[in-house]
Amino acid sequence: MHMNEFTQQKYYRPYVSPFDPCPPIRVKSYVTPPQLYLGYQPYNLPQYQPQQALYAGTLWPALFSPYNGRYWGREEA
Amino acid sequence: MSSQVQFPKEFYQLMEELQVVDFVLVELTLYLDTHPEDYAAIQQFNEASYHRRILVPKVEQYMGPLQQFGHSYSGYPWNWNQAPWPWQI
Amino acid sequence: MWIYEKKLQYPVKVGTCNPMLAKYLIEQYGGADGELSAALRYLNQRYSIPDRVIGLLTDIGTEEFAHLEMIATMVYKLTKDATAEEMEKAGLGAHYANHDNALFYHNAAGAPWTATYIQAKGDPIADLYEDIAAEEKARATYQWIIDMSDDPDLNDGLKFLREREIVHSQRFREAVEMLKEERDRQKIF
Repeated sequence: MHMNEFTQQKYYRPYVSPFDPCPPIRVKSYVTPPQLYLGYQPYNLPQYQPQQALYAGTLWPALFSPYNGRYWGREEA
Repeated sequence: MSSQVQFPKEFYQLMEELQVVDFVLVELTLYLDTHPEDYAAIQQFNEASYHRRILVPKVEQYMGPLQQFGHSYSGYPWNWNQAPWPWQI
Repeated sequence: MWIYEKKLQYPVKVGTCNPMLAKYLIEQYGGADGELSAALRYLNQRYSIPDRVIGLLTDIGTEEFAHLEMIATMVYKLTKDATAEEMEKAGLGAHYANHDNALFYHNAAGAPWTATYIQAKGDPIADLYEDIAAEEKARATYQWIIDMSDDPDLNDGLKFLREREIVHSQRFREAVEMLKEERDRQKIF
């Protein structure tokens, strides 16, 4: 499985009622990180340099999952 | 207290270097637990393990024993229980 | 036997004195999906699981204690020099009344840690599926804490811990595959 064959974030549109009291978040998101797709890790996957690995939290780019805060889809129509 | 140890910059660099090699060792350990026949990974593991063995005494020159129960030598007086501890630095 | 090492797994940094963040972070110290639960869960399950996966449970359980120490370091630094008044303002008045600035194994809402957070069913598949779920729940908790934190130094350490949950989940998934194999340790590729 190649790294680029999946996205790490998915979106859905929840039901919005005209009587919802809070301004609606029209698009909600959730995270689908690499361990859901990788399968049994193959031998010899490319590695980060050791120092990069520490700061990435993993030795293998194929397992890296960035997270920079949640996507809040409040403004979209 | 005037006897508080403040580490020089070189200590933090060496400590980071140790954290780097130890992290590679953690990752390879977990990987090898489920891939016990990956020869290349075992070679890489042993090389990193050797690198760590070289590095530890250098770090200990600044901070004293990294481990105890006999896994590190002691200075005089007993310097294992000297501050700072990892959460303090 | 365990040997303590006088170092953190990762260079933890905290940029601001912010006891409020400590109140949330303590969830990963003494909460249901926190690092204490993780360590104790795996290191207890290992006694009744097939030999092939005992090593993995031992090693991940041991790494969880390193993560527990990282969380403790963050909480310690966030609250170290906070006065009673500052603790109170941060919503930690109830904590201060009972514990001063000491750490304690409770969750963000103050509920003390309990063994009911963890399970050892004795059934290897049930136990490993619990472990996978625990890693995903811990990952989610780190996400929600990162959402509320505006300290980039702290978030750097939290992102490391979140990524470790992903790697652990991957390894537990592989452990399940190992136990599904028909033949004893047959080649996978």
